[in-house]
Amino acid sequence: MCLAVPAKVTAINGPVAEVDVLGNRTSADISVIENVRVGDYVLIHAGLAIQKYDEAEALETLALFRELAEAMDE
Amino acid sequence: MNAALFSDPVVAEKLISGIRRMAEGRGIMRIMEVCGTHTMEIGRLGLRSLLPRGIELISGPGCPVCVTPGAIIDAAAELSLRRGITVLSFGDMVRVPGDRMSLAQARAKGGSVEVAASPLDVVTRAEADPGRDYVFVAVGFETTIPSTARAVTLAREKGLRNAKFLVCHRMVPPALDALIADASIGIAGFMLPGHVSAIIGERPYARLSENNIPGAITGFEPLDIIAGIHAIVDMIVHGKPAVWNMYPRVVKPGGNPRARELIDAVFRPGDALWRGIGVIPRSGLFLRKEFDGLDAAQHYGLSIDDHAMPAGCSCGEVLRGKIRPDQCPLFSGACTPEHPEGPCMVSSEGSCAAYFRYGG
Repeated sequence: MCLAVPAKVTAINGPVAEVDVLGNRTSADISVIENVRVGDYVLIHAGLAIQKYDEAEALETLALFRELAEAMDE
Repeated sequence: MNAALFSDPVVAEKLISGIRRMAEGRGIMRIMEVCGTHTMEIGRLGLRSLLPRGIELISGPGCPVCVTPGAIIDAAAELSLRRGITVLSFGDMVRVPGDRMSLAQARAKGGSVEVAASPLDVVTRAEADPGRDYVFVAVGFETTIPSTARAVTLAREKGLRNAKFLVCHRMVPPALDALIADASIGIAGFMLPGHVSAIIGERPYARLSENNIPGAITGFEPLDIIAGIHAIVDMIVHGKPAVWNMYPRVVKPGGNPRARELIDAVFRPGDALWRGIGVIPRSGLFLRKEFDGLDAAQHYGLSIDDHAMPAGCSCGEVLRGKIRPDQCPLFSGACTPEHPEGPCMVSSEGSCAAYFRYGG
């Protein structure tokens, strides 16, 4: 039930954003997200954007996972 | 962002062999996840069969629908049968048995029950149809609570007299504290819920470290889950318990401060009942006084008392990780997803449903 999906913000009208979820267009309330801009990724749950999705952190985490995997692969 | 990168089978295999190496020659390590989405993903990936025998993945009370008291469901069902009221509920909730009936049974008797994807739908519906009352059954953990809080503030801003909330929100950290306090479960580490943590951040898990229990805040892609287990086993093996954030692309140390402020403005914490588990101190949220007019229980004068679980149903033990779903006497015989006895089998995210579907 705590599933949340990343969505790309395509337009902003006050507290509501138009978003693209894997090609499907929908809208979401963005009132609890600071400084949202068109092009940002946000995580949507039950109609509300609950957090920004940080792409730079995603790449760092991926690098960390790969590093952990290699470290174990002696 | 390409999610497929987080399912790379080569990296997954190497991480799993790393877990095997760390766990070798060690005793049993019981790792509990407390998020229904983790429960389902672990089952879907068949992770239990890939991990060394010493690592036991157990499911805790991670399914909000499963821990919602039967009396709340009865109250919602009863409201749906009253003239002029429509009950809106998340789809997962509709078939869950109350103490007397489910929402699906109420609907079959002519009750007005509709599935909603968001608490915000109650605002839209109430605004469009002022002659009818719309009641949202507000269940869920911290991930979902901001959405209800937002709907409550919008309903008030718009002065909607026909939007109501039957609130049964529960919070994860007080439940973890209760699980830690129960030494008979013997939890060695927690896989912490990524999207709950997106809201609350890392600090509410401090009690884990105080009790020397490691925790990893974990995302939901295959590599996230495997790396989460890797992190927990690493901390157990090296005797360095801490809370590691393995999902920083979504979880910030302080969570989402705006969302937390909104929750605080709308709700106050209080002792609350978890179905099958009992009352957990300060684990529930209740509407603050200034939102009394939107509170369905108050407005309709509902009395909500909890009753027992069906005879023989072991959901309470399952939810606390004391037994595996397949150790319940009713499992797969008297209790199946088609004919469920307890909530853990009804909800698509319940641990029993996950065991039934994926065989553990």
